Amino acid sequence: MSGPSTYVPKSAIARWFESRLPLIGLVHSSFVAFPVPRNLNYMWAFGAVLSFMLVAQIVTGVVLAMHYVPSATEAFSSVDHIMRDVNYGWLIRYMHSNGASLFFLAGYIHMFRGLYYGSFKPPREVIWIIGVIIYFLMMATAFMGYVLPWGSMSYAGATVITSLTSAIPLVGTSIAHWLWGGYAIGGPTLTRFYSLHYLLAFIIAAFVVLHVWALHVAGQNNPDGVEVKDVERDTVAFTPYATMKDVFALSLFLILYAWFVFYIPNYLLDADNSNIANPLATPAHVVPEWYLLPFYAMLRAIPNKLMGVIVLVAAIAVLAVIPWLDRSPVKSAKYRPTYRFFFWIFVAICIGLGYLGSQEPTAGLALIARILTFGYFAFFLIIMPVLSFTERTKPIPTSIADAVLEKTKTAAAAAG
Amino acid sequence: MIRVKFSAFAPAAMALALVSALTALAQEEAGQPKPPRQDWSFAGMFGIYDKAQLQRGFQVYKEVCSTCHALSIPFRALADPDGPGFSEDQIKTLAASYQVTNAEPNDKGEIYKRTGTPADIIPRPEAYPNDQAAAAVFGKAPPDMALLAKARKYERGFPWFVLAALPGLEYQEVGADYIDAILNGYTKPDDPQWNLYYPGHKIAMPQPITNGAVDYKDGTPPTLANYSKDISAFLTWAAEPNLDERKRIGLRVMIFLFVLATLLYFTKKRIWESAH
Repeated sequence: MSGPSTYVPKSAIARWFESRLPLIGLVHSSFVAFPVPRNLNYMWAFGAVLSFMLVAQIVTGVVLAMHYVPSATEAFSSVDHIMRDVNYGWLIRYMHSNGASLFFLAGYIHMFRGLYYGSFKPPREVIWIIGVIIYFLMMATAFMGYVLPWGSMSYAGATVITSLTSAIPLVGTSIAHWLWGGYAIGGPTLTRFYSLHYLLAFIIAAFVVLHVWALHVAGQNNPDGVEVKDVERDTVAFTPYATMKDVFALSLFLILYAWFVFYIPNYLLDADNSNIANPLATPAHVVPEWYLLPFYAMLRAIPNKLMGVIVLVAAIAVLAVIPWLDRSPVKSAKYRPTYRFFFWIFVAICIGLGYLGSQEPTAGLALIARILTFGYFAFFLIIMPVLSFTERTKPIPTSIADAVLEKTKTAAAAAG
Repeated sequence: MIRVKFSAFAPAAMALALVSALTALAQEEAGQPKPPRQDWSFAGMFGIYDKAQLQRGFQVYKEVCSTCHALSIPFRALADPDGPGFSEDQIKTLAASYQVTNAEPNDKGEIYKRTGTPADIIPRPEAYPNDQAAAAVFGKAPPDMALLAKARKYERGFPWFVLAALPGLEYQEVGADYIDAILNGYTKPDDPQWNLYYPGHKIAMPQPITNGAVDYKDGTPPTLANYSKDISAFLTWAAEPNLDERKRIGLRVMIFLFVLATLLYFTKKRIWESAH
C-alpha cells in the first residue's frame, strides 16, 4: 500500500524543505492520501485512540516527573504534594493513573478486534508480533509505574512479581537480588523502576512507529477479511474519511476518560495504596491492577512456583505465534460461525480469569481458575489449529466494494 | 459493528452465572456486615462539601482525634474556600497556638521550636513524635488521618462493584461510610475493642467519641451520629480537597465533549455521504 509520495509542495518554502527532509510528503502519503478500506467499522478506531492515549500518558507523565521524587522516603509524600499543592496536580495525576487503565481498555479492544477479524493473518504477521511486543512493554511499564507511588499495594505487588524470578533454578535468587538492588524491594528498586518506566514509555513509542510502518506496507484488514483488489472501488482516502471517523470515535472515548478522571477517579485505585509502603505490613488482599488480573489468576492457579511463572510467560508468548496456529484461509469471524462461537467463549474466559484474579483463592475458585487457564490455552493451541482445517465457513464476498453494496442493499430492503 | 449471534450470548450468560455464584461463595465466608450507605452532601455528580459540616468535623478532630492521630495537611488548607473555608485570621490564630519544630537548625546548630504559621503542616500529637512511640503505648500506631478516607474500603462483590462505576449509581464515598460505621459500631459495652464493622471485629482503637463529647457552636445536636457524620465528611475532604473543583471542571469538560462529539458525528456523516 505504501509507495512514493504523491505530494506536490505548493509554496517555495515547502519545496525547499521537502527537498531536504521529505517530512510533509511522508505525513501526506501516510495519513492524508493513504487508501483505507471503505468498509471499516468503529472497531478500527482504537489504533488512533491508543496513539492519543500514549501521547496523553507521556505528556502527563513528563509533567508528573517534574514534581515526583523517586526516593523510598519521599515518593509517597511527593505524590501527596502533587495532589494537594501543585497547581492542577490532582488533575494530572488522575489523568495519568486513569489514563493507564483506559490505555489498556483500548488496547484489549484493539487486540480482540485483531483476533476476531483475523488481522494477524498473512501478510500482517509482523504487525501482530510487534503488537505483542508493545503489549508486553505496556505491562512492564504499567507494573513499574504502579510501584512509583510507593503505597502498600505498590510494595506488595512489586515483591510478588519480582520474586517470581527467584523461581528460576540455580540463578533465580541471584537474579532477584540483582533486580532489587538488595535483599528485598527497597529504595534502589524504586529508583531503577522510575528510570525504566520513563525509558519504556519511549520504547513503546518507537515500537508503535514500527507497528504503523508495517501496517502501512500491508494496508489495513477490514471486517469482511477480503483484501483490497481495486483501489478506486474498495478504498477511500485516509483524510478526510478515516481521520474524521477516528476523531469522532476519539471524542466518545474522551467522554469515558473524562468520566473516570472527574467523577470516579478513585474507582480503580486500590484503597491500600493510600497507605505508605511498609515492609512489615502486607495488605490483606494483594491484587494487581485490573488489566493484569487474568495473568495473576493463571499464576496462582498453578501450584508449582516455577510452572506458574512458565505458564504466565507462555500466556503472553503464545499470542506471538497465533499467525501460525490459525491457518484458516477465511480471515474474518463474520464468515466463520464456529470460530465466532469459540471466540466469545474465549472472551468470557478472559473476563472470568480477571474476576478470579481479584478474589482470594479458595479451593473451589482455584479449581475453576485451572479450568479457565486450560480453556485460555486450548483456544489458541487446540481450537485455532483444528478449526483451520475442519471449519465449514460461510462464503466470503468477492470484494470489499461488493460487501459494502450488499450491506446497503440489505439495509434498504429491511427499511423498505 | 460486530454482529453477535444469539448463540454467542450463551457463553456470556454462563460467565455471568459463574461469576455470581463465585461471589456468593466468597461472601458466605466473610460473615461480616457491610457498612451501611449514608447520604453525603458530596456524593454524586453534583455533590459538594458542606462548609459548616467540614468546620464541625475539624472541631471534632481538634478536640477528640488529635490526641492520638496526626493529620498531615498544611494549616492553610483549612482556609480553602472549597473546604472548611475558615478565614485567614482564624487560621493564623490556630497555627500560632501550636509549637512547631523548625526544619532547619538555628545559627548555633540547635533544633528549636517556634510558633506555627499557616504554611506549616499540622503537627503530630506531641506525645507521639513517631509511629514507633505511638505503637509502644497503644500496641498499634494510630494512622495519620490525611489520607485515611481514601485508604479504607470494604468488599462489595459482584455486581455492585460494576454498578458503582455507572453514572447515577457511582459510589466514591466508601471511605466516609466505613469511618462513619466504625464510629457507630461499638455495640458491645463490655468489650471496648469489639467493633461490628471492623474486619475481624477486634479493633485496636477503643470507642473514641460518645454523645456530648464535643460542644457544637452552631446548634447542631451534640450526638454521636452527628459527630461521626461530620468527622467522616471532614476526613473525606482532607483526603480529597480537590473534589469541588474537580466536579466543577468536570461538568464543563463533559458539556464540551458532548457538544464536540455531536458536531463531529454530523461532520463525519456529511463527509461519508460522498463515499456511498
